[in-house]
Amino acid sequence: MEIETLLPALAFYLFAGVAVISALMVVIARNPVRSVLFLIMTFFSAAALFVMLGAEFLALLLIVVYVGAVAVLFLFVVMMLDVDFVELKQGFAEYLPLGALLSFVLAVELIILGATFRIPKEFVAQTPITADVSNIEAFGRVLYTDYAFFFEAAGLILLVAMIGAILLTLSTKKDVKRQKVCEQVSRTPKDGLKRVDVKPGEGI
Amino acid sequence: MEFLFDTATPLGWFIVKTLVILAFVVVLLVSLAFILLADRKIWAAVQMRRGPNVVGAFGLLQSFADFLKFVFKEAVIPAGVDKPIYALAPVLTLVMAFITWSVIPVAPGWVIADLNLGILYVLAISSLGVYGIILGGWASNSKYAFLGSLRSTAQMISYEISIGLVLITVLLLSGSLNISTIVEAQSGGFWNWNGIALSPLTFVMFPMMVIFFISALAETNRPPFDLPEAESELVAGYQVEYSSTFYLLFMIGEYLNIVLMCAMISLLFLGGWHAPFDFAPFTWIPPVLWLAIKICFIFFLFSMVKAIVPRYRYDQLMRLGWKIFLPLTLLAVILVAAWVTFIAGGA
Repeated sequence: MEIETLLPALAFYLFAGVAVISALMVVIARNPVRSVLFLIMTFFSAAALFVMLGAEFLALLLIVVYVGAVAVLFLFVVMMLDVDFVELKQGFAEYLPLGALLSFVLAVELIILGATFRIPKEFVAQTPITADVSNIEAFGRVLYTDYAFFFEAAGLILLVAMIGAILLTLSTKKDVKRQKVCEQVSRTPKDGLKRVDVKPGEGI
Repeated sequence: MEFLFDTATPLGWFIVKTLVILAFVVVLLVSLAFILLADRKIWAAVQMRRGPNVVGAFGLLQSFADFLKFVFKEAVIPAGVDKPIYALAPVLTLVMAFITWSVIPVAPGWVIADLNLGILYVLAISSLGVYGIILGGWASNSKYAFLGSLRSTAQMISYEISIGLVLITVLLLSGSLNISTIVEAQSGGFWNWNGIALSPLTFVMFPMMVIFFISALAETNRPPFDLPEAESELVAGYQVEYSSTFYLLFMIGEYLNIVLMCAMISLLFLGGWHAPFDFAPFTWIPPVLWLAIKICFIFFLFSMVKAIVPRYRYDQLMRLGWKIFLPLTLLAVILVAAWVTFIAGGA
């Protein structure tokens, strides 16, 4: 085999293998923090596979968004949990048949889907892969020129969801003192100082 | 023998790239030793002390002596730590700090990987730098270390957003994510440099440079934002349980990130390797030295801030990041985009 085809093939099997094994480890690792670490490894291998497909932008985006932000928050939450694993593992045998059945059905469905589904030809033809347009330019053209309206609509929906989430969790208590920086900075001796004429022997 | 260094063949390419990377790493580490010394000397000078002055002339070899001390000390591994992760964390910090440098050009063509998505790569890797800290803090099995790492993570995530938005203003101006192209766009003299250009846009870009500088301080856990390692309350934050070589790796990674941020400011806002004037005496100095001078200048500012400014309170830090820098940088992105579209006639 030529080295030009051998190396990418080797790299693909390496990354794919790491992705699959670490995905499995996410499920079977005992320590939840290690589970999250294996999840990060899975993301990373997926990013490497994207790079091999020539989708560097997508790969870096995957790292920035999923590894750099989402997984960090996962890790944050998981680290602060105090989970008792002995208790959690109880009843494992009880749930095993149901779990096995569900995963079997899911696997069969996936196999059927993978065997029968073909991407229609007209979609394949539309992907704008040309040598002179860089990855990010192609993305920009699709998102901000061709489908600008849909992109903005999606952004609006996310904004509404964000505001909704903030509003639902926002609670202003009246008896909590908050720092008002503007007030602090604009304070003068006139507001803060009071001259009291203290008579000797009496105090204030 | 010659076929070994022929970049056209896979083997030759591999050998040449490996040698280039090795040379880059060695140069980086040796300069880091002196930058560390400079940091301590400047700090000492501000406080009217002498700083390290015993090892070598003027204490020039102090960093090397420290290095040997760290390496030969016993690595104490506390009880109850998660050993693999405990050992992984400092290595991760160091590796992440090094691989970011692969896309940093130091002179025209002098770059290990000339990526088209260079800036995005820097952002991606710097967002991974959090892991070394958070894992180190967690695996140490110590409350101080854990608190320090939590603080650090929250801080880095907050300031990464403003750094990202400032980067967007720069790449809007040059229309590329390739760092070499961004530097090339600033050629011709200091009036073309992004941060101090002679154009009305400088009223936006100069504050952006300052915001990038302050965010870089926060991102690299430098004073006045060094709450993760605030020695008065957390002893040394996430590094508290680390000793000898493990600690050394953390420290080298941290300083590499600081110098990286200095390099980013020089490349993005101060014209990178370009001389301030495009004529004779200035062009005699080679480009790589110009970049080094600019990096050293920015690092001097980093040291002075460390020596002079008192530490922030944590809520003030968060307020600065989310309530001041985020809206300001968002506004700047809108202004710069409008400038590029309507006035400079780009897009």
